[in-house]
Amino acid sequence: MDSLHQLHHIAPAATLLVGAAVVLIADLASNRRSDVQWLALLTLVVATLMACWQVLAGLPGESALGGAVIVDVFGLYFTFLLLAVAAAVVIVSSDGLQRVEQRGEFYALLLTSTASMVLLAQAQDLILIFVALETTSIVQFVLAGIARDDRSSEAGLKYLLTGAISAAVLLYGFAFLFGLAGTTSLTGIAAFVGAGAEETRLAVILAFVLVAAGLGFKMAIVPFQAWVPDVYQGSPTPVTTFLSVASKAGGFAIVLRIFYTGLGGGDTFVSEDWAKMFAVFAAVSMTFGNVAAIQQTDAKRLLGYSSIAQAGNIAVGLAAVAGGSTLGASAVLFFLGTYAATNLGVFISVIAVSKSIGSDDIRDYAGLLRRSPGVALVLSLCLLSLTGIPPTAGFLAKVYVFNSAVRTGQDWLVWLIVVAVLNTAISAYYYLRWARIMILDEPRDTLTFRPTLTTSGLLMLAGAGVLFFGLVPTPLIEAARRAAETLV
Amino acid sequence: MLTAFLLLPIAGALVIALLPRDRAADARWVALIASGLAFALSILIFVRFDPDEAGYQMVDRFNWIRAGDAGFSVQYVLGVDGLSTPMVLLTGLLSVAAVLVSFNVTLRTKEYFAWLLVLETAVAGVFLSLDLIQFFLFWELELIPMYLLISIWGSGRKEYSAMKFLLYTIAGSALMLVGFLVLGFTAGTFDIAKLTASPPTEAAIPLAAIFWFIMAAFLVKLPVFPVHTWLPDAHTDAPTAVSVMLAGVLLKMGGYGILRIVLPILPQQAHDFRVLLAGIAGFSVIYGALITLRQRDLKRLVAYSSVSHMGYVLLGIAALGPVGLSGAALQMFTHGTITGLLFIMVGLVYDRAHTRQISELSGLMHRMPLIGVVMVVAGLAALGLPGLSGFVAEVTVFLGSLGPHPAATIFAVFGVVLAAGYILWTVQRVFTGPPNERWADLTDANQWWERTAMGGMLVAIFVVGIYPRVLTDVIQSGIDPIAAIVQRGG
Repeated sequence: MDSLHQLHHIAPAATLLVGAAVVLIADLASNRRSDVQWLALLTLVVATLMACWQVLAGLPGESALGGAVIVDVFGLYFTFLLLAVAAAVVIVSSDGLQRVEQRGEFYALLLTSTASMVLLAQAQDLILIFVALETTSIVQFVLAGIARDDRSSEAGLKYLLTGAISAAVLLYGFAFLFGLAGTTSLTGIAAFVGAGAEETRLAVILAFVLVAAGLGFKMAIVPFQAWVPDVYQGSPTPVTTFLSVASKAGGFAIVLRIFYTGLGGGDTFVSEDWAKMFAVFAAVSMTFGNVAAIQQTDAKRLLGYSSIAQAGNIAVGLAAVAGGSTLGASAVLFFLGTYAATNLGVFISVIAVSKSIGSDDIRDYAGLLRRSPGVALVLSLCLLSLTGIPPTAGFLAKVYVFNSAVRTGQDWLVWLIVVAVLNTAISAYYYLRWARIMILDEPRDTLTFRPTLTTSGLLMLAGAGVLFFGLVPTPLIEAARRAAETLV
Repeated sequence: MLTAFLLLPIAGALVIALLPRDRAADARWVALIASGLAFALSILIFVRFDPDEAGYQMVDRFNWIRAGDAGFSVQYVLGVDGLSTPMVLLTGLLSVAAVLVSFNVTLRTKEYFAWLLVLETAVAGVFLSLDLIQFFLFWELELIPMYLLISIWGSGRKEYSAMKFLLYTIAGSALMLVGFLVLGFTAGTFDIAKLTASPPTEAAIPLAAIFWFIMAAFLVKLPVFPVHTWLPDAHTDAPTAVSVMLAGVLLKMGGYGILRIVLPILPQQAHDFRVLLAGIAGFSVIYGALITLRQRDLKRLVAYSSVSHMGYVLLGIAALGPVGLSGAALQMFTHGTITGLLFIMVGLVYDRAHTRQISELSGLMHRMPLIGVVMVVAGLAALGLPGLSGFVAEVTVFLGSLGPHPAATIFAVFGVVLAAGYILWTVQRVFTGPPNERWADLTDANQWWERTAMGGMLVAIFVVGIYPRVLTDVIQSGIDPIAAIVQRGG
């Protein structure tokens, strides 16, 4: 009974789960598609209010349910991020889900997936982490295949197979951690790692390599990226949006939680080992993603490779650990925040274009500036942000992440940054080529189009966010810093 | 006041963006007013600047990103000293000239002038910034307008050239960012004044690596052999006004960056590599001049002559003494006005004849005496005729570099001989000689905007040529502290 009194600690996630059930029932009762959409949106708003209430009620810092979850700034940062992304996906789904019949299921699954990721961001126990992660994954397998055509089904299946292997690897890693520390609680593991028994070093390294490999699937870093291009291309675009922004953020959230809270951040005898592991992941991911993206002509596939490359950039922040500093973690958080605004802008544009001209081929974006100036401008702005050109948020995000790595004072991290900045030059080629096609090339026909009112609103919001965080980044940096500090 | 100078052009760009579609032709007037006001402000800045006062003047400052706990504080801080004041003046002057020579642009008029003004703000930001991250931001900001201006309003292989320009610049500046971040971490600040006051003595990576990371961006921009190949392409395919801006002010960002950031913050490394730099400089001068001789396209010819002339800037810098550095700074200003004027003249010829092939042009002096005369004057200035500004700058560079780098200097002096060759030969082929029937219908520079742009640049060339002290006093006040640091550090 005691734990029931603590349910308000997981109020946002619980709200989302209840909402998912209500959406399913309402879908049976109502024939109008927009009804369930409104209901899903309402659920997200209520969940957001719950999270706000948690902030105002002074819950941050409290752990509950036998220490399995904690309400802290870190968890709340991701809660707000995930809820915002989910809301955007729900809104844009009225344009982007034409291939999909099962609207009710879509919203219910989306809410369930969001709920488990919110819980994941709060989790402090290996068992809860695994359960929440698997719930997210299984729901996303279904989401990827929800369009029930060949490509979508193939995407769902590929995602499922890779995901299943990753889950096994992750569980293996967790088993090692449990075997070593004798507890599934992250704080308990932290105490064990903090003791720094040299004879356990190899076992700890083996454990975190397995954990990182299992989670690499979620973050989309090389060599666990093979599913990304196919799934990104084959899934309905709103699902791709959700995967590329929310799911990636969830993956990085739990990596931060495990490596900072569980493995003691930069303070322990294995810190440098896992920092170097992430540095390798980062360098390989960004190089592979960028080189592969150069060849792509399909917008969603290109964004898949771009997503791998960007995961490499974010992983630079993971590698940036030194001493008790949480600067690298805050860089990951800040980058993810700006990346969410940027990638939402890109994907919503892709949805709007695809709805009007029925193609995801980048060559069909020719002359978009004249066909639909607003979409072309926001998409160009977001592509600049992905490249990292001022005055966009992506510029500061990159500078901030690279700065965090340099500030560790490690020379090998400086060389990692050299790799990273040279990758920026490669990425400029394909991001800006896309922008060039929209701005310079002649359109094939004179057809012009306007996105729907809600889509226009979202696009403007994303574009404004990209500019705002590029010019006034201090609030987001401050939030990211405080969130990162609660990790240790 | 500096903030006003920085924001005026971009404010003009915003006004242009808000113009209704049917009044697009008014965009050029808005652009002229905005850049004209900015030019007036730049004159005011130049006049109000006091060479006798040490340090940066007219400083505007506030904390832009306050995340000191997170180790990432970036200031917005603008200021001028004797080094940046002439650059500000140059930016103001050439921007007006660029707007004027664009008065006949009819393709996507609004966008064109808006981007031209954004470009002015970006370049001005580079010359005014006193914080490394802010400097880097403006440095990168300049890419988008340049890319679009070349690839939309250019000619020939414009998209290829624009992309080449972009990738070269990004690759160079990417490494610069690494250098800046390491410097900022080592010194605990990105403030250029503070970094100059106490240069770091060691860092996570060798200071020599930082030196070359930062130099990579500046040498590409300058440009010198072997990273110059983007320049002829970009120049040839860019519209006239963009060539003017590119040759006139954008290349100066490279030399300016070396003088402002590299020399004062990494004096020991500058000292270590001075012979290598002088070698690159001397080779660039001769290589650029030899390639120039072989050009058959007027614009490409002027572009390659820039490679040669910017070699003098690096030569003066490599001398590391007060005379050489002053010469380099002066050469940046004079090359900006002279080559800017040359590109305007080539643009006027091309507007009329619709070809830039030297072999097709002949006897133009008969049809366009004004253009011909101005072209000759600009050419004489470029080859360093006494009484015109190019002479003063080149002689100062040679005086400064002869002591430390006799071989490179003597080698580079032949660049002047070659310059005389390619300029006189070009003038002879294009302007003198028998009038060609094909060009019988050509008109002279008959539009007021063409004449104003030409006149303004000529005035600058003559004033500096006849009375160089108007600039040298100011430059001296900016160079002396830098030279002192370099000599102490070396």
